[in-house]
Amino acid sequence: MTDISDETFPSGEPVLSLRGVSKNFGAVSALTDIDLDVHAGEVVALVGDNGAGKSTLVKILAGVHQPTSGTITFSGEAVTLANPSTALNLGIATVFQDLALCENLDVVANIFLGRELSPLKLDETAMEVRAWTLLNELAARIPSVRIPIASLSGGQRQTVAIARSLLLEPKLILLDEPTAALGVAQTAEVLNLIERVRDRGLGVVMISHNMEDVRAVADRIVVLRLGRNNGIFYPDASNHELVGAITGAADNSVSRRARRLQVPVNSNQEGHP
Amino acid sequence: MTKDGKQAAMLLDRSDVRVKHETGVSDAVRAFFDRVKSGDLGSLPVVAGLIIIWTVFASLNPIFLSSNNLVNLLFDASTVGVISLGIVCVLMVGEIDLSVGSISGFASALVGTLWVNQGWPIALAIVAAVAVGGLFGCLYAVLFNRLGMPSFISTLAGLLAVLGMQLYVLGATGSINLPYGSAIVDFGQLLVMPRPVSYTLAVIPGIVLLVSGLRTITHRRAAQLSAPSVGGIVFRAVVMTTALELVVFYLNQGRGIPWMFGLFVGLVVAMSYALTRTRWGRSMTAVGGNREAARRAGINVRFIYMSAFVLCSMFAAFGGVLSAARLASASQQAGTGDVNLNAIAAAVIGGTSLFGGRGSAYSALLGIIVIQSIANGLTLLDLSSSLRYMITGAVLAIAVIVDSLARRSRVSHGRA
Repeated sequence: MTDISDETFPSGEPVLSLRGVSKNFGAVSALTDIDLDVHAGEVVALVGDNGAGKSTLVKILAGVHQPTSGTITFSGEAVTLANPSTALNLGIATVFQDLALCENLDVVANIFLGRELSPLKLDETAMEVRAWTLLNELAARIPSVRIPIASLSGGQRQTVAIARSLLLEPKLILLDEPTAALGVAQTAEVLNLIERVRDRGLGVVMISHNMEDVRAVADRIVVLRLGRNNGIFYPDASNHELVGAITGAADNSVSRRARRLQVPVNSNQEGHP
Repeated sequence: MTKDGKQAAMLLDRSDVRVKHETGVSDAVRAFFDRVKSGDLGSLPVVAGLIIIWTVFASLNPIFLSSNNLVNLLFDASTVGVISLGIVCVLMVGEIDLSVGSISGFASALVGTLWVNQGWPIALAIVAAVAVGGLFGCLYAVLFNRLGMPSFISTLAGLLAVLGMQLYVLGATGSINLPYGSAIVDFGQLLVMPRPVSYTLAVIPGIVLLVSGLRTITHRRAAQLSAPSVGGIVFRAVVMTTALELVVFYLNQGRGIPWMFGLFVGLVVAMSYALTRTRWGRSMTAVGGNREAARRAGINVRFIYMSAFVLCSMFAAFGGVLSAARLASASQQAGTGDVNLNAIAAAVIGGTSLFGGRGSAYSALLGIIVIQSIANGLTLLDLSSSLRYMITGAVLAIAVIVDSLARRSRVSHGRA
């Protein structure tokens, strides 16, 4: 099940391909023999329980951690992601879970943070135009790009973070729990955003604990369990199958809870026809 | 009306119909009050404070507002003002330097020793003193970056250590007199701008405002962004020029504008440009706002801290040199007492936040004028130094309270 090399995908060559990637922290093997393929124009969801190694994997792809062994191929070439800027320059952009925005700076300043145009005489007009272009491509609704991030809602902040990741025209974008802190409407906005990013032809890797969100946008669902590949699913897979793969057992706390809840509902229906 | 609507729809930054944009004067006034209510005070507290302070002192002693007293005030303000400019740098990144007073005193002692006692050329002595100041900042930055030592502690230790060095350098005599009639003492005590020069310099800010404003309008219109109105820019330029010329005219009734104050204002303008219009300044604000976000955006956070601490110490040392020139001596008392707190208070009163990420170079200029007005007014009233310390302390406390309350209000109004 972990062998996905013979997987055929319509888009042809994968943008990113991991083979046998392992990561040890001392005696702990956080990741063991991970294989992963991401194609252009594809959303891959990375799911798994807490401690399954999702964030470690994303950090390896973002250049924050280096793998202990294994190969990473990006756009057909073997690469070493030594630090975050290497990954960024190759075209791997990451939107971290906490977004990493400066609340005291405005939207334009945040999008261009560390990459300002003409460093000795900031070109505010050009940066503002580019910021609006990026936000409009994402059909984002931001009231003004000249207000501090602090005045924006959670969904709007997420939009700014995603727009920032698109600034360098990446080929692959990593989203760590993009909907974790969001309300119903904001979540829908971000899912729309992910679809628009995919429609631009980018590969997307998304970490999420929310099976509904995952099923809504993912083209493929890669399950990690205890640092190993534990199956690849498609959005039509049942919840039962997914949860089973994530927890590693058909009989788990989720299924037991589901059964317990089903019983009173059924008896209720019988009592009141 | 409909024509306006159509035009607005074409602009990139006016496409969101939910947002109300101020168009007329009444809207601008309302927006101003909204901003103040939400805790975005800007330079409002300092202007209000200045009006109160000047009214009180002028009613107690009319000499306070005389041209010559104000010229004196500007001479005194320049020295601590330069130190305060350095404090703005460290506050921007959310750190503090408590040793600026000691460093300024040590720098003045160095200039005294190297120039008067060792016979170095004065320029070389000044450069050496400022460079040594920079070394202290470098040390604080290394302690902060590599060992994680809080700047509060490292600079508190520096306060004592550098004071010790100052006493050591001055030796048994305890003070070195700088010769009267030398260029630097003249600069610190006498030199004022010739009248025509001062009137000409006062026109420049208005012209710069006008030219850069018009250029911004052209660029933004070309890029299909909303632009401020030409009338507004012209109005502001005219008001600013008139106000500056009036101030210059009034001060010229006395001795005139000190060159030392001109140097201070020049440094403030340069720092303001660096903080607002360069990548370095943007990085300073970002590090002060969210250090981790700045790091992940690829900013060299350690370099930013280093530059903030080094600049602060160098400004402190240079301020010390200026105060030596002002007093025509390098003594054991230089840089002790209230210099530290005055410099920090000036930055905070001027509107630079103690919590990092908010501030401007102009806060040093505005703040030091408030602080120096209090010191000058209390001296004119011939109050004992016990009372002067108490009053200055109370003003500092009020300034920090205003900063904290404004910050709380900004958070609750979602304005960072």
